[in-house]
Amino acid sequence: MKAVRLVMVAVGGQGNLLAAHVLGQAALESSVPVHMSEIHGMAQRGGVVESAMVFGEAESPIISDGCADVLLGFEPAETLRALNRANPATTVITSTSPLPPFTAALGKGKYPEMGTILSLLKEKTARVIPLDAAALARRAGNPLAANMVLLGALCRTELVPVTKEAVLAAMETHTKKSFLPANREAFSLGFEAAA
Amino acid sequence: MHKLLTDAPGKKLLLLGNEAIARGALEAGIGCASTYPGTPSSELSLALFEVSRETDLYFEYSVNEKVAMEMAASSANCGVRSMAIMKHVGVNVAADALMTLAYVGVKAGMVVMTADDPFMFSSQNEQDNRYYAKMAKLPMLEPSTLEEAREMTRAAFDLSEELGEPVILRTTTRINHSTAAVSLGEIKQPETKGDFTKNPFWFVTVPAVSRKLHTRLLERWKKAEALAEKSSYNRVSGAGEFGVITSGVSACYVNDAVADLSARDRVSILRLGFTNPPPKKAIAAFLAGKKKILVVEEGEPFLEETVKVAAQEAGIEISIAGKGEGLFSREGELDPAQVRRVLASRFGLPDLAVQKIDLKNVPEIPARPPNLCAGCPHRATFYEIYRALGDREAVFPTDIGCYTLGLLPPLSSADFLLCMGSSVGTAGGFAQFTDKKVVAFIGDSTFFHAGIPGIVNALFNNHDFTLVILDNATTAMTGHQPHPGVDMEALGHPGYNRVHIEDVIRGLGVKKIVVTDPYKVRKSIEAMKEAIDYKGLSVIISRRECPLFSRMLKRKSGHPFVVTDKCQNHRVCVDRLACPAMFVENGRVRINGTMCTGCAVCAQVCPENAILPLKEEPVAKTVAEPEKDAF
Repeated sequence: MKAVRLVMVAVGGQGNLLAAHVLGQAALESSVPVHMSEIHGMAQRGGVVESAMVFGEAESPIISDGCADVLLGFEPAETLRALNRANPATTVITSTSPLPPFTAALGKGKYPEMGTILSLLKEKTARVIPLDAAALARRAGNPLAANMVLLGALCRTELVPVTKEAVLAAMETHTKKSFLPANREAFSLGFEAAA
Repeated sequence: MHKLLTDAPGKKLLLLGNEAIARGALEAGIGCASTYPGTPSSELSLALFEVSRETDLYFEYSVNEKVAMEMAASSANCGVRSMAIMKHVGVNVAADALMTLAYVGVKAGMVVMTADDPFMFSSQNEQDNRYYAKMAKLPMLEPSTLEEAREMTRAAFDLSEELGEPVILRTTTRINHSTAAVSLGEIKQPETKGDFTKNPFWFVTVPAVSRKLHTRLLERWKKAEALAEKSSYNRVSGAGEFGVITSGVSACYVNDAVADLSARDRVSILRLGFTNPPPKKAIAAFLAGKKKILVVEEGEPFLEETVKVAAQEAGIEISIAGKGEGLFSREGELDPAQVRRVLASRFGLPDLAVQKIDLKNVPEIPARPPNLCAGCPHRATFYEIYRALGDREAVFPTDIGCYTLGLLPPLSSADFLLCMGSSVGTAGGFAQFTDKKVVAFIGDSTFFHAGIPGIVNALFNNHDFTLVILDNATTAMTGHQPHPGVDMEALGHPGYNRVHIEDVIRGLGVKKIVVTDPYKVRKSIEAMKEAIDYKGLSVIISRRECPLFSRMLKRKSGHPFVVTDKCQNHRVCVDRLACPAMFVENGRVRINGTMCTGCAVCAQVCPENAILPLKEEPVAKTVAEPEKDAF
């Protein structure tokens, strides 16, 4: 199986480590080799959390610049910041709900316009799937479920060798029971939005 | 039941590298684990702490790495298998014990786990701890994959017993913080009690004994060398005239590179897993007949030097390279594409084309540096210290913890940092050799770890500075581990004693001690002024529980605050505090109600009293929910 490389970027607290864990679990259950790595040393302090997931025949747990087949961004400016991980053939899935860094609040730097972000992503990569993950998560009944919205969108692209059913089954066993209905709904809203 | 106790040999679990190592230790029948938390090793300690609550395993968060090493050393000398767990710089703290422990040796297996951090994701340096194995003359194992991390950890205990020496298990961040499928072996029931047989002429390291022990260590080194030569962890794959020698996670990058370049018949790979003592004969055998050698390793040219020595000793003339221009750097991490590029260029193979994106017209995106959390009491303390100092200029030696983040403006409360405890030691020097006021900052856990000797020194030598102990009731930075000042009973862990910071410093003889609540701004400033004006060593204990920790313990949080219409836009709040819950929208300061913890510090700083509590039920917190934590 040819290696598929997925880079996920988020801001601490957005739940991308859980999303990666669910996806990794789904891969394990589907007998798809998977290697993941994450950098989250200061995640709880509002920093960027990045996960790399390599599916298929590869041993390296990290992804070099320009080598992501899929870039999944939980926050639009962070998606743009991670563009160096992508290449012209990359598919980008990004949430369009901004979480401006406090440096922007202090007037140090300007948060880019959403239109600029999306047009830059479109200009430089093969395909861009934008969705308001935060709004869809709220509609699903849990504002914390944006990670599951994005997993749904990812599954719709069929770029990662894990089926929707496998991800839903992993969600069943690896997320909190009380959040399950909202998580399922969030996943399916993300799946629909990525059509 | 903890997932690491799953009794299903052969089953595959998705594990973090640190969990795979913990599982390996459990499969070796580990009876004692001791540690001081430090990234990237923290989850290993956490896993064993959790397991210890369900099993007979003895686990302790020791006060520092040296004590953790000593606990594990005595455990192993009583016949109980042990593991001392620390990050790379932790070994510096424990090195005094480790160097002589190599002389004394062990009875039961002991593993010293050191987690190096190339690129310094969360460390103050990127030292290469493989040199510790060389300096101590101890055997060292380095896993390349998570499956191997589990297996090697288990085997390290057997190796330790075979040699009578502790074994160094050396990892890097990408082993500790990777996740992959790991198959389980059988868990071994631990021996948790042993016995100590007195033999002072072998155990008490006076010079006459140590001379004898050094001779024995060198004999054991020879035995270890023979084991390394035939170790199955040192293996050759591929074939061809070009040779790569590698170890650790770099071996994965090499394998991927050779596969991507379709060069399996051109490049043979010697992967070393048992890296000290170096298997020089095996290396020489690999070198024989090759055209060119590339050594692929992160950090220092540790293997490269070894390979060059092995070639010289075997009389083999061959070009060996690793670090240098056009090759690999001693800085940072390697990555797969970089390894492929260097490998291709070294051996004259065509590299794959990587299409990069032109990022020229991408605007600069405001940085997202890690920041003290909303409601962090350290922010208030830093603000109060500045207010208490008035127009006096001060030097701020700082220490290792969340509060190091105070280096960024507008808090600007960190001027000098070396290592755990260095705030106190260096403060004495800054006070002695400048005419400036010196205010040093140290956290509660760091105070216990390495701060106390510095305080004794300052008292004895009559240094003149103010030490602020930032007591947030936990080891926050590494994931809220306990320390000796924590009320363990209240956290549901009976069987501990509590050491109070005030008792310690009063007992040492500090004359001027003030205790403040950083959430009470005016009172804190007044009390701080007194301590700052004191001639000699004064101590301010600024005490308030870490709000992330409070939230984790599901303690009631305060009402969020709002900026009302009384605001005259002085912006003292955002400009001086830079709380991440505050933002400016259409030229007005606003507070993000879901992030605000209700600490009310901004309200006390506002010249118009324009910031008031929101009179509603606190909203559900949606940000910065910790995902991996100790309790």
